[in-house]
Amino acid sequence: MSVLVLAEREGKQLKPSTYQAVTAAAAWQLPIDLLVYGDDVEAVAAEAKQLAGVCRVLTAQAGHLLHPLVEDVQELVLSIAKQYTHILSAHSVLGKSVVPGIAARLDIAPITDVIEIKAPSTYVRPGYAGNILSTIKNHEPVQIITVRATAFRASNRGGDAEIFTIDVPPAREISQWISEQLTHSERPELNSARVVIAGGRSLGEEFNALLDPIAVQLDAAIGATRACVDAGFAANDLQVGQTGTIIAPELYIAVGISGAMQHLAGIKDSKIIVAINHDPDAPIFKHADYGLVADLFTVLPELNSALQQS
Amino acid sequence: MKVLIAVKHAIDYNVKPNIHTETGQVELAQVKKAINPFDEISLEEAVRLKERGQVSEIIAVSIGGAEAKDSLRHAYALGADRALLIETDAQLQPLAVAKLLKAIVAREQPQLIFLGKQAVGEDYGQTGQMLAALLGVGVGTFASTIQLNDDHVVVTREVDKGTQTLSVKLPAVVTSDLRLNEPRFIKLPNLMMAKKKAIETIAVSELDVDLVPRFSVISSREPQQKPGAIQLANVQELVAKLRQAEVLQ
Ligand SMILES: Cc1cc2nc3c(=O)[nH]c(=O)nc-3n(C[C@H](O)[C@H](O)[C@H](O)COP(=O)(O)OP(=O)(O)OC[C@H]3O[C@@H](n4cnc5c(N)ncnc54)[C@H](O)[C@@H]3O)c2cc1C
Ligand SMILES: Nc1ncnc2c1ncn2[C@@H]1O[C@H](COP(=O)(O)O)[C@@H](O)[C@H]1O
Repeated sequence: MSVLVLAEREGKQLKPSTYQAVTAAAAWQLPIDLLVYGDDVEAVAAEAKQLAGVCRVLTAQAGHLLHPLVEDVQELVLSIAKQYTHILSAHSVLGKSVVPGIAARLDIAPITDVIEIKAPSTYVRPGYAGNILSTIKNHEPVQIITVRATAFRASNRGGDAEIFTIDVPPAREISQWISEQLTHSERPELNSARVVIAGGRSLGEEFNALLDPIAVQLDAAIGATRACVDAGFAANDLQVGQTGTIIAPELYIAVGISGAMQHLAGIKDSKIIVAINHDPDAPIFKHADYGLVADLFTVLPELNSALQQS
Repeated sequence: MKVLIAVKHAIDYNVKPNIHTETGQVELAQVKKAINPFDEISLEEAVRLKERGQVSEIIAVSIGGAEAKDSLRHAYALGADRALLIETDAQLQPLAVAKLLKAIVAREQPQLIFLGKQAVGEDYGQTGQMLAALLGVGVGTFASTIQLNDDHVVVTREVDKGTQTLSVKLPAVVTSDLRLNEPRFIKLPNLMMAKKKAIETIAVSELDVDLVPRFSVISSREPQQKPGAIQLANVQELVAKLRQAEVLQ
């Protein structure tokens, strides 16, 4: 019995979610193999071999894995899947896209968005926009799951795994990568920042002008509600919530956010939640640790200058 | 070109269900249900493609009890040409749903198959990817823009830090994200007309698919709630709390 964890990379580095996925996989107390792939795997493999708890790093190198396509990653994993009783990935855009298909091809039901592994085949996962946590017993002979990375701490470095090269199946050529439009931001990443400050639609055109200087001082990532994104005040990838990024920072500051169920689904696991809203009855206050009932257009500049002085 | 849309009659997205005190299971019997919002978006997209002359027939298919006809009527009102109900009262899991949809795809031979990126409720987010894998076709998940061509569909999808654009050969599965479009408001006459349209029903038994559940929900609970916010009087108090939380550099 052993576990296969699918790594994810960003350029020449592993994503933080891979460290968290390895921690999750350790719950099974079985040997862990970590699969890294790409058109060039040397640097990532060197990083991967240091992850504590990993037995072997499997590297798959091929030109067509530069921009990994769902069908090709599935083929790669299926080429080695028979050796494993457990397959795990982060519940990331890539993990969500590839893992259910891998499971279906093995005629296995996957369990997605797991936040706790309780026993070898018992998991906790949220549903109903985070309003309900369900404990699930999976009866399948192979356990295939995706885990919500923020629910697990990152594994340490200090390991020394062996590196094995594996063969890469040919490209399926069903789909083709055309382009990527990535936003470059000076701010830390939403899903791993210690502090997140987010704004709702009421910030309007002043969204950036109001939040940026404070975010800089707090070394915070910036988030937004769907209403704010839809209105065009913030970029799509800033959306926090059920259908955006799910976060669990040390501190979350919600500014002019009503606290809709779908937004709360993405922030519930934040350690401390501060809400600023001029409506004392805004639902967000029920889910916050600290509240400030005030107009955001006066509070934000005040907060900015108070932070500058401190 | 034929387009197939999977439509789930799901729990209304604004409803927060209760947990039955004795069974520890989510109570779904009496809750308000409606078309899954992501499936409504898929329908809207198909209707727009039809309006542009790129699509000839829109088939909506739902799997569930007779109540799912409500969502299929909604599909008719939005512009579906045909509606199919695969009727069953069993609680189906995503793998079984994917297999049933595969059987319908085999019958109807659509070139483009839309599913939602997730069904509100259980929020599994699996069925579209599984269907594509079972069919051996490509999938564009989390679509925020699509462009349909003769033999491929160009899908722009939302990824972690922006968007990615792929070209997927037809037939293909696309899973809709919220930003794909904003569904139109349904006019009353359309709703009235939809009531009169026939919904074809197919018994699950006809499709010869293994529906045995693969996992069980043992129990459910609500996450721990915070006791409610401590109100701060001003920005100075807020800064003091931030300092306490050790987030000031
Ligand atoms: C299927 C589905 C998925 C969704 N997914 C998400 C998601 O992932 N993330 C998400 O965020 N939403 C999501 N939504 C939308 C969600 O339901 C809400 O509509 C949205 O979160 C509301 O955003 P808001 O708080 O900015 O706006 P509003 O609800 O309009 O709230 C504005 C708030 O600002 C306050 N305010 C206004 N002016 C001021 C001022 N001057 N000073 C202080 N306070 C002020 C008001 O009191 C109010 O509380 C989803 C919806 C659906 C149907
Ligand atoms: N019972 C069902 N009937 C029709 N379509 C479904 C059903 N269940 C799921 N789907 C489709 O699969 C998508 C994703 O569902 P899920 O994988 O359950 O989150 C939904 O948006 C629907 O398009």
